[in-house]
Amino acid sequence: MDLFDFEPGREGYYGEYGGCFLPEILTTTIEELKAAFQDIKHDPSFWQEFEQLMQSYSGRPTPVSHLANLSAKLGGAQIYVKREDLNHTGSHKINNVMGQGLLCKRLGKKRVIAETGAGQHGFATATMAARFGFDCKIYMGAVDVARQRPNVFWMENLGAEVVAVQDGQQTLKDAINECLRDWVTNMHDTHYVLGTAAGPHPFPEMVSYFQSIIGREARGQIQKVAGKLPDRVFACVGGGSNAMGLFQGFLDDQQVELIGCEAGGLGPGEGNHASRLAYKDASVGVAQGFKTYFLQNKDGNMLHTKSVAAGLDYIGVNPALVHLWERERVRFEAVTDAEVTEALKLCMKTEGLIPALESSHAFARAIEEAPKMSKDEVILINQSGRGDKDIFTVADALDDDHWKEFIKVKAEHYGAE
Amino acid sequence: MALNDYIASRKQNKDLLLMTHVVCGYPSFDANLKELEIMAEAGVDFVELQFPFSEPSADGPLFVKANQIAVESGVTVEQCFEFMAKVSQRFDFKVLMMGYYNTVFKMGHEAFVDALKAAGGCGFIVPDLPLEEAGTLHEYAKSQDIAPIVLMTPTNTDERLQTIAKAADGFVYVVARRGVTGGKTEMDAEVGEFLDKCRDISPVPTGVGFGVSAKEDLDFLAKHADMGIIGTAALKAWEEGEEKALREFFGSLGLL
Repeated sequence: MDLFDFEPGREGYYGEYGGCFLPEILTTTIEELKAAFQDIKHDPSFWQEFEQLMQSYSGRPTPVSHLANLSAKLGGAQIYVKREDLNHTGSHKINNVMGQGLLCKRLGKKRVIAETGAGQHGFATATMAARFGFDCKIYMGAVDVARQRPNVFWMENLGAEVVAVQDGQQTLKDAINECLRDWVTNMHDTHYVLGTAAGPHPFPEMVSYFQSIIGREARGQIQKVAGKLPDRVFACVGGGSNAMGLFQGFLDDQQVELIGCEAGGLGPGEGNHASRLAYKDASVGVAQGFKTYFLQNKDGNMLHTKSVAAGLDYIGVNPALVHLWERERVRFEAVTDAEVTEALKLCMKTEGLIPALESSHAFARAIEEAPKMSKDEVILINQSGRGDKDIFTVADALDDDHWKEFIKVKAEHYGAE
Repeated sequence: MALNDYIASRKQNKDLLLMTHVVCGYPSFDANLKELEIMAEAGVDFVELQFPFSEPSADGPLFVKANQIAVESGVTVEQCFEFMAKVSQRFDFKVLMMGYYNTVFKMGHEAFVDALKAAGGCGFIVPDLPLEEAGTLHEYAKSQDIAPIVLMTPTNTDERLQTIAKAADGFVYVVARRGVTGGKTEMDAEVGEFLDKCRDISPVPTGVGFGVSAKEDLDFLAKHADMGIIGTAALKAWEEGEEKALREFFGSLGLL
C-alpha cells in the first residue's frame, strides 16, 4: 500500500482527509517545499545521507527489546519494544527534525521556526539548529512554558529563542498558529519545521517519510528477535508521527494489527480528553492547514483538550491515520490518565524502563490486551520517548511526596540567595 | 455582477472606495453597531463582518485577541448572521462575511451561501481557502450572486496572479505585504508597482489591505487601486477611546 501515491488532482489527500489549506501568500513557499521534498524522496543518496547522520548523531538503529519479565507477569503475548527513547534528545522527534534540517540546507534557508507542546520537538529542533548553524525560534504556549521549564532551559542553552505564546489556550495549537504567522512574514529565509505528521500538505507526508525509519528498522528487527512478524503493534497518537513512523513498516502485512492509542484524559466527554477517533466527541473540520477529525463544537470552534501527556494533547490527528481507521486498517483506543500512570509504574518496576507519559499510553493498552492473547503471539510497542527527562511532569503524575519535599527545599534555597 | 454596478456608482463621487472591518461580538454586538454607525457616517462602501474563529492563524495580535474573546464569550455563527441581517437592513454600505474556512465547512457550502444571502451579505472573504479547494463553494456562490473574494499577494508569481484573476468576482483583495493583519506597510514605489500589476491583471476592481492606517496611505492607494481596506487601525482606535477615538480616527483620514 502506497499511501503517498496520490490520485491526480488529489495531491496530499488520504481518502477525504489532508489537503493544504493555507493563505494565498504561502502558495509559492509550499510549492518550493513540495518540489524540494520530491527531489530528496527520489534521490537515493539522500536517504543514505540521512541514515548515516542518524547513526552517527543519534545512535540509530535503535534496538527492539524483549520484555520477558512483563510478558511473564501478564501471562499472555510476548511483548517487545522499539526503543525510540534511546535517540539523542530522548525521543523519535529527532528523526523528523534532522531530515528537515537536511532539507532546509538544500532549500538554502538559514532560519528555522518550530512549535512545541511538551518541549520535545522544540528541544530536538534547537539541537538540529545548533548542529547545522541555523537561527532558531521556538514557539511554545505560555501554559506549556510554565509547566515544562527543563525543556525551555535546554532549548535556550542550545541557542534557540523561546517565545511564550499568550493567545488562545496557550498550548500546542496556539504555538502552531504563531508559527504560521511567523512563516507568512519570513518565508523567504525561514523554514517551518513542523513537528508532527499533521498540518498542510506536504508536512504529513514529509514527516511520515522521515519517521518511516522507525518501521523500516523495526520490521527486520522483530523478525530477528521474535522469529515472526508481530500480531499487534501499539503506538501512541497525538499528531501521529511516531505511529505513522512505526506503522509504515507493517502496512502491507495484513496479519499485523495496528493500534493507535489516544489520550483519554479523564474519560469521554467534551473537554475531558484529546481523543479524536476512539471517543465520539470529534468531527471532520478544516483548521491549521488541513482537513481531519478535530475536537470542535458545531460552529467549528476548537474545544479544550486534556491529557497528562502534553505531547498527545492536540485537537487534530494525522489524516492518513484517519483514512486507515475508516478502512479498518488501524484500530483506535483511548487510554485514560489513570491507566497511563499505572502502566508507567508497572514498566519501571518489572523492566526498569521509563517510557515517556506519551509512550505510556501505548504500553497501557498493550498491557490491557496482552493477557487475553496466547503465549506465542507477539506484541510490538513503540517507546517513542523517555520519561526520565520529564521528571517534573512525571513526578506530578505519580504525585511523589519525596520529590515535592525536594522542590520545596530547593525553592527555599533559591529564595535565600 | 451586481457588485460591479454598485462599485461603479460609488466611484462616481470619489477616487477611492473604502472597506472597514469589525469582529462580530467584540467587544460586543452593541459596540459593533456604534462602530458601524460611525463608519456609515464616514461614508464607507463595504464592511467585512468577521465571524470569530478559535484558530485565526492569518490574523495579527489585535484581531487574534478579538476573535478569542468573542469565541469565549459565546458568540455563535447564528448570532453573526442575525447581526449581519440587522446591519444590512440598517445601513447603505454593502456587507461581506470574513472568516475562516472551518466556519463555512461546518455549515456546508450551500447552507452557508444561502444564509449569507438571506442576511443581505454580498460576498465573503475566507483567507485560508485556496483556489484549488474553492471550486464548489465559489460556483454555488456565483450562481446565487454572492461574490467570493479572492486574494492577490506579493509572493505570487505572475502566472499565479493570472490564475487568481480568472477566479475573481466582485473585487480582488490585494494583500499589500507579507505577514499578518495589523502593523505598518511602507507604501513605497515597490508596493505601488505591485498594486499596478494587480490592477492590470484583475478583471474586477482592486481593494488593498494590510497596514492601511493613515490618510497618506489612502492618498497613495488612490493612485494604484480602487479601494482601501482598513482593519486593525479602526479597532485600535476603538480600543483606545471608543466612539470619540474612532470618530477622530476617521476625521484624521479626512472622512469626518
